[in-house]
Amino acid sequence: MPKRTDIRKILVIGSGSIVIGQGCEFDYSGTQGLKALREEGYETVLINSNPATIMTDPEIADRTYIEPLTPAYLEKVIAAERPQAVLPTLGGQTALNLTVAAAERGILDKYGVEILGARLEVIRKAEDRQLFKAAMLKIGLDLPRSLVVTDETDLKRAAQELGFPIIVRASFTLGGAGGGIAYHFDELRSRVHTALEMSPVKKVLLEESIIGWKEYELEVMRDRADNFVVICSIENVDPMGVHTGDSVTVAPAQTLTDRQYQEMRDDARRVVTEIGVETGGCNIQFAVDPRTGRRVVIEINPRVSRSSALASKATGFPIARIAAKLAVGYTLDELPNDITKATPASFEPAIDYVVVKAPRFATEKFGEFPLDTAMKSVGEAMAVGRTFKEALQKALRGLESGKKGFEGAEAVDEESLLKSVGTPSSSRLYHVQSALARGISVERIAEVSRIDPWFLNQMRELVDFEAGLKGAALDAGLLRRAKRLGFSDAQIARATGRSEAAVRTRRRRLGVRPVYKLVDTCAGEFPSKTPYFYSTYEPSGDPIASRPGRKIMILGSGPNRIGQGIEFDYCCVQAAKALREMGAASIMVNCNPETVSTDFDSSDRLYFEPLTLEDVLEIVDAERPDGVIVQFGGQTPLNLALALEKAGVPILGTQPSAIDAAEDRRLFGAALKKLGILAPESGIARTPEAALKIARRIGYPVMVRPSYVLGGRMMEIVYDDAALLDYAERARRASLHPSILIDRFLADAAELDVDAVCDGRDVWIAGVMEHIEEAGVHSGDSACTLPPHSLPPAALAQVREHTRRLALHLKVKGLINVQYAIKDGAVYVLEANPRASRTVPFVSKAAGLPVARIATWVMMGKTLRKLVPSAALKGAVPPYTATKEAVLPFIKFPGVDPRLGPEMKSTGEVMGLDSDFPRSFAKSQEAAGLNLPSGGAVFVSVRDEDKPEILHVARSLRQMGFTLTATRSTAEYLSRHGLSAQRVAKIGEGKPDVVDLLKQRGLSLVINTPSGKRSRADGYAIRRTALELDIPCITNIRSVRAAVHAIAVIQGAEMSVTPLQDRYKDLPYPVDMSLKS
Amino acid sequence: MNDKAWLALEDGTVLEGRACGAAGETGGESVFNTAMTGYQEILTDPSYCGQIVTMTYPQIGNYGITAADHESARPRLAGLVVRELCRHPSNHESVESVGDFLKKHGIVAVEDIDTRALTLRLRERGALRGVISTLDGDPKRLAAKARALPSMTGRNLAKVVTCEKPWEWTEGSQPKPARRVVVMDFGVKYGILRRLAAMGAAATVVPASTTADDILRLNPDGVLLSNGPGDPEPVADAVETIRRLLIERVPLFGICLGHQLLGLALGGRTFKLKFGHHGSNHPVKDLATGRVEITAQNHGFCVDLDSLPKEVRTTHVNLNDGTSEGMAHASLPAFSVQYHPEACAGPHDSRYLFDRFAALMDARRAAAAR
Repeated sequence: MPKRTDIRKILVIGSGSIVIGQGCEFDYSGTQGLKALREEGYETVLINSNPATIMTDPEIADRTYIEPLTPAYLEKVIAAERPQAVLPTLGGQTALNLTVAAAERGILDKYGVEILGARLEVIRKAEDRQLFKAAMLKIGLDLPRSLVVTDETDLKRAAQELGFPIIVRASFTLGGAGGGIAYHFDELRSRVHTALEMSPVKKVLLEESIIGWKEYELEVMRDRADNFVVICSIENVDPMGVHTGDSVTVAPAQTLTDRQYQEMRDDARRVVTEIGVETGGCNIQFAVDPRTGRRVVIEINPRVSRSSALASKATGFPIARIAAKLAVGYTLDELPNDITKATPASFEPAIDYVVVKAPRFATEKFGEFPLDTAMKSVGEAMAVGRTFKEALQKALRGLESGKKGFEGAEAVDEESLLKSVGTPSSSRLYHVQSALARGISVERIAEVSRIDPWFLNQMRELVDFEAGLKGAALDAGLLRRAKRLGFSDAQIARATGRSEAAVRTRRRRLGVRPVYKLVDTCAGEFPSKTPYFYSTYEPSGDPIASRPGRKIMILGSGPNRIGQGIEFDYCCVQAAKALREMGAASIMVNCNPETVSTDFDSSDRLYFEPLTLEDVLEIVDAERPDGVIVQFGGQTPLNLALALEKAGVPILGTQPSAIDAAEDRRLFGAALKKLGILAPESGIARTPEAALKIARRIGYPVMVRPSYVLGGRMMEIVYDDAALLDYAERARRASLHPSILIDRFLADAAELDVDAVCDGRDVWIAGVMEHIEEAGVHSGDSACTLPPHSLPPAALAQVREHTRRLALHLKVKGLINVQYAIKDGAVYVLEANPRASRTVPFVSKAAGLPVARIATWVMMGKTLRKLVPSAALKGAVPPYTATKEAVLPFIKFPGVDPRLGPEMKSTGEVMGLDSDFPRSFAKSQEAAGLNLPSGGAVFVSVRDEDKPEILHVARSLRQMGFTLTATRSTAEYLSRHGLSAQRVAKIGEGKPDVVDLLKQRGLSLVINTPSGKRSRADGYAIRRTALELDIPCITNIRSVRAAVHAIAVIQGAEMSVTPLQDRYKDLPYPVDMSLKS
Repeated sequence: MNDKAWLALEDGTVLEGRACGAAGETGGESVFNTAMTGYQEILTDPSYCGQIVTMTYPQIGNYGITAADHESARPRLAGLVVRELCRHPSNHESVESVGDFLKKHGIVAVEDIDTRALTLRLRERGALRGVISTLDGDPKRLAAKARALPSMTGRNLAKVVTCEKPWEWTEGSQPKPARRVVVMDFGVKYGILRRLAAMGAAATVVPASTTADDILRLNPDGVLLSNGPGDPEPVADAVETIRRLLIERVPLFGICLGHQLLGLALGGRTFKLKFGHHGSNHPVKDLATGRVEITAQNHGFCVDLDSLPKEVRTTHVNLNDGTSEGMAHASLPAFSVQYHPEACAGPHDSRYLFDRFAALMDARRAAAAR
């Protein structure tokens, strides 16, 4: 069937900010989808609040709305654009939920908008547990058995029917209260008793436990002619009970016979047919009882997902692109396989390698934690190898979490070890390695962990081999065997007591080198046109076609983590685009399957490889690039830069030594002095005594951090000697580097971020951003606004001039980010980083100019005067305001205090774009999910320093019709200044206290600025409760001020929407994005 | 376990690996199969008689050997080439490891071979004759042995794998089967017989050389022309039998070699493909419905459609290379497909063809009763 011609304009919904559970995979899918729709001649409209995405680049969709993803804003966009259809299946759960909400409010009917990809009833049937269960029973599929009990009389029969363990769920209780797992009859009786008491409807659901069963996923596609293909099967190493996003997973499935697999495929086909997924991709999860082979269906996602991104990268099949084409009416056989170009898309990829995905956890921020069915990882690394063993090792070293492959955890006694093996956690796999190394049998480990013995036997082979390495002569044969098992040079070095460099030299001298093989969707059956490579140790690789012209390698940013996410991938993709536009070839190296950079058509050549020195050096040797770009991928490539330079690899743009000069505190301090630029007083201490001396000289409070950190890790503000000593001790334990950096903390200063590009002669200040929060909150967690909204022109002029001089002095060629603090009119430089910053995409969207692309051209030898419109070069700023707000993951981590500090915790960001600051701030808050109230009671509890300021705020709130609530001391303070406030008890002062009031939903906004020193327990309880009840809680005074302005705007007038393409018409310079010769 | 083994091809390629099956030396035509599961079905598929099979999926043997997935009584292929063979299989149905199974049945196999490089070579050069040896590592001698092997073309391998005397398939049979099917065994897979049983047919398997009269004496509702190894042309007596059955208007359903033999019986020609179709992911379009089915394939020869009389129409087309995958006669109750509707290994998309066969038989019987 040909494409539909009754549709001309299609609205695509993005997924908003990166959050845990929804990463940059939806930038990959949305970008692919938009490109595919455009290719077919449709006019495309996009709504997405996340500026750090490629899809929100103004050249991807025809009309790009960076607006909050709420039904109200969606309606405004629909009213303005009048699309005939909306495609919600590429934007994750966010887009699906938003579409359902819009449909339920009648918005889609009102404007006659058709849902493509999945009809409303399909979404409902797939998402509603009851409807789903009924549908599955109708087609005779097996589900976990369950039954409802309303009293305790028939439990014996229930136990017999379900078998232990039994999951007990009390109906209609909040957050699963009253539920649990019963392992024997007494436990069942007592749990049911409790659950019945807690359930307001006196109903308890008893469910068969499938924890520990084998878990599988099938990624499938179906078109409207009922053609059905499985793109990829995925088997989880961690059995049921761990969220699939947190599991180590393998593609294809390893331990199913063909009959078992084909029956699962048959089931999947029946599921999609019954649910009614007609066009596009979806995934279906199954659990299999390892003892009997009994198979139950768990769930279906009627949309592309994180697993689809993984399946796409694992097979080379572009699921999102094909899904978009199916949605507009094509059938699979009408579409070509983009990899082979010669065969159609209606086939099932055959792969001749093994893919392993490993999750990246934010353990450095939130510690080690147990895993359950709610996802907690922040990113993932994928690796391709010829065997599971090789791919596992590559995936684990690709995580950049300190392990060089499949390695052990800290040594503990056998009993604790077995406990760690039996408890799913962020470090379980490393405990499994330790257990195997200790000689604990595969059977025993399988018994406690429920990990399939197949995986454990593969792991045991690795452990056994490594044990044999110790003391062995490293000849070519042994080295080759080690490399074929995926061991990194670093692992071999450690096992044999050599240095990594020595192993590498020896290995290379003995000719033990990797080859590169192709990911081609067809296991070599047909010639393939798409150069997508992985390394392995085999006698021969696939031929790498040579290509005329310059070749530039771009090092990506690896797995997402807090502090290093989609923003850097955005820059890498921009770099590839820039190179393509100037006719140079781009070679992308990355191991993150969620990204646009690892898409088959983002670069001219893709190496899906870990970003370690070893892996990168080998690719450099295979490709011999004319230059390597290290400044776009965040800290990952920067960590390799010096070693690459030393190895003679040509680095493009700012030289690593210059990057190092900016990071070296002494060199940088000397430079600032020479340039006459102020910096907070600082010192480096190697001992606690020295730290005390420095801190006393500078004066408290001081900002402390270990040297060499990322994302503000372990950065703290310290107020006295005792706290400093405590910090020094913790830093010593946490890091190998004994030294601590101590800076004067500029309390209550305004902070600024500047992104600039330098070509060696000129410096283009691409964007100056003013933080909403005061200094002391990590810039990645701080909201910021472009252009600055409150600073005097003189200070801004000085900031621009400082940036110019710093960039030239540091010999920057490319990007530089400088952070400033302004206190009492004085401008201080906090730090300068000659590389892409997290804010580059935000600045690009706000300024309407492709900052990273321009930086790439500069690195390639072009001049800013030719690239940047002269008005922009001279400092013209947009006539509108853009506000960036950070999105935080606190809700996923019980027990963590949801307050901002010097250590970065956010996972993503959103952008509010409007004519002035209050409006753009209001939009940014709404986009971040913070629902600023327009009325109700405001709870106020502020530290003493903020009390004068709060009076102003409180008066405004009162004028706007809010009532005030406060604990005794703040209430008294307010009343002394003529503002009456309702008194509420502090925690421990009696009932009801402030937390009770929150729980009764008696408050619509919480203003709680914690005092600088240790956060007090009641402050924590207030913030945590507000978070869990989704009541906005603002923890610093400058944000409070901004929020009050925004509330005034929301109350005052209707908000409007404008696409980027129209906003840019108001810029004081042209925004032609193409390269001028 | 570090016993060396070598694979040599007629073009002089010699690859060293490790023995992972029986010791000895074996020769055959080298082909590759891209299926990621189903090695057991491939090992026991009689169609692989005379062939050395390279599995493109690198880890083979993960779930061992099960009792329920044999496609014939014993492995028939000449040899097996894999990247890595699993020593510790895991599956609740597993009864033994592939290595033990191969040794038990005397199948020579080699692992630690760069199977992708080998596959690319076979893709470029076409199916090559090859030798696996655990005894002789001399490259020149081995390559010479490969060159000395007979070609696939012109060999009647069906004769080698067919049954000696007629037998009844009983597994999964219904108590009172509604139809009787005679299966001409050119190397039939149990998977086909299981499908016949499932559709309610009693299946009598007869040797390839059985005459039309002997078949007709069994009073079948239909005859299934089975899959099998090698070149269809030398299986001349069977072609003659099929011609007689066509004249008698017995409903016929041909699969793979059976399809090619039907093509010959209808007056067509067959030709050899460069490296054949061997895998579980080939898209085939049913021209009658427009639906695409993902099919299991295993053939090196193909029917030349242009050579067939105009009463024979193409019913199915391979979407990868446009080759014919199925045909039906306009007036005679005969149809056939080049691929494997029983799958095993492979997706179950094409099982509807057995229903078509049943319908054809039922219609024929209804017509006869009138």
